[in-house]
Amino acid sequence: MERALYAENTAERNGLLQGLDARVKVASTLAMTVAVALSANLWVIGAVFALAIGLAALSAIPIRTLAGHAWLGALVFSGLIAIPAVFVTPGTPVFGSPMTMQGLRTASFLTLRAVDATTLIFLLAYTTPWSHILKSLRIFRVPVVFVVILGMTTRYILLLLETAHDMFQSRKSRRVNRLTPAENRRLAISSSGVLLHKTLHLSGEVYQAMQSRGFRGEVYLLNDFRMRSRDWFAAGAFATSAAAFILLGR
Amino acid sequence: MLFELAGLTYRYEGVTAIDDLSLAIQEGSRIALLGANGSGKSTLLRLLDGLIFGQSGTIAFCGGEVSEEHLLDDAFALAFRRSVGMVFQNPDVQLFNPTVFDEVAFGPLQLRWATSMIRDRVDEILDRLRIGHLRNRVPQRLSGGEKKRVALASVLVLDPAVLLLDEPTAALDPRSQSEMIDLMMEWGGGSKSVITATHDLGDLEAIADHCFVLDGGKLVAEGRPDSILADRDLLRRTNLIHAHRHGHRRGDRHSHPHLHEIFTH
Repeated sequence: MERALYAENTAERNGLLQGLDARVKVASTLAMTVAVALSANLWVIGAVFALAIGLAALSAIPIRTLAGHAWLGALVFSGLIAIPAVFVTPGTPVFGSPMTMQGLRTASFLTLRAVDATTLIFLLAYTTPWSHILKSLRIFRVPVVFVVILGMTTRYILLLLETAHDMFQSRKSRRVNRLTPAENRRLAISSSGVLLHKTLHLSGEVYQAMQSRGFRGEVYLLNDFRMRSRDWFAAGAFATSAAAFILLGR
Repeated sequence: MLFELAGLTYRYEGVTAIDDLSLAIQEGSRIALLGANGSGKSTLLRLLDGLIFGQSGTIAFCGGEVSEEHLLDDAFALAFRRSVGMVFQNPDVQLFNPTVFDEVAFGPLQLRWATSMIRDRVDEILDRLRIGHLRNRVPQRLSGGEKKRVALASVLVLDPAVLLLDEPTAALDPRSQSEMIDLMMEWGGGSKSVITATHDLGDLEAIADHCFVLDGGKLVAEGRPDSILADRDLLRRTNLIHAHRHGHRRGDRHSHPHLHEIFTH
């Protein structure tokens, strides 16, 4: 919930990426991620990383935030997968150790690609309101109903998280002794049951609220995006960069 | 006649929420549905809005029957939804879109208004309800009062002839309550029909010119607000007022039924 709130705040800041059309950012993020995934050159992957850092700086996104929210997770998870490759990939040993040069190279590709992709995705999430990201999916011909359901899912996941948090605090306020693991499990299960019941009740009410305002099974979406000259310029610059990275990374 | 209910009964899970109810509501009237919790007020609003349907009896809106079958007809459904708007008690139920703008635009989009008209109308209603600054805000970042205003805007944008309000001032601070009542009273220059379900008697005379009192799903009384408020036995019987212990300046303590707001008038 804190991350979602933080992202909403950073998306409202005055920065380079915040001022661009969401569709340009979504398409550019995808293009850059593809360029990183296709690249067989570590320098190209490094260049994309440097570009992302530069964009973050120009968009008032602190590097410390990216490090904590994006890089740490990417390094831990891709590192866990990559570490065995350092030892099991056949090749030249590094200073007589079980590690090989080829293994290190493979592991570097895996982790750096993961770090690049995560940085790009976080940059998009921290500079674009979630609702705009969802609406932008329409440029990839994602059906309207899917976009609307995703938006509603996010909205109600946050609401139910708030409810779960309140339930947890109300339980905490009435608890005196430490609970045994078995009691904790029982409480967790009963809380899940209550939340499920609330969810079912809420979904019924939401459906009625939609019907009340004219919903009859088909959803419509208002596309209020407008491309300005700077958006076209940014789209051209990102497309050219992505193409150059793909060519140089071959 | 705006709404005419004849012998309407609605049951769910073995409980009779509305019991053989017959009443008539005139066009342009301001109605209060009074009753304690569980008296059937919210259920009646949902029946009036064609969201649920009774097991027996009928509801007619401007002469046309409001039934599941009739609401399958596109022309009737569009006209009915355009004419009748409902604000739910829990605003979180009604705020299902990612932003305030999308929320208010939802109704007009479903009724297939032109895009330029939707943009103009949404901006106009947001400004009128003094929530233009919340245009791009996500619902989870709104206060309780702001959520109620957005929920109201999402219905008023359609400019319905009838507004159904379920406890519109519940869980609001006194200032937001008063602003909400002002908004409801100002809407449509006072010419529209407003049906409010409430158990708050404090602002009854401000929001209604006719009251229906429900108890256990049955209509137990109807009349002008002043005559309903004067009938202390009725109010006590239907749990709308209660006796509680309290002190006076002179220091004595006793208990008797209370209706604080009315005594101050």
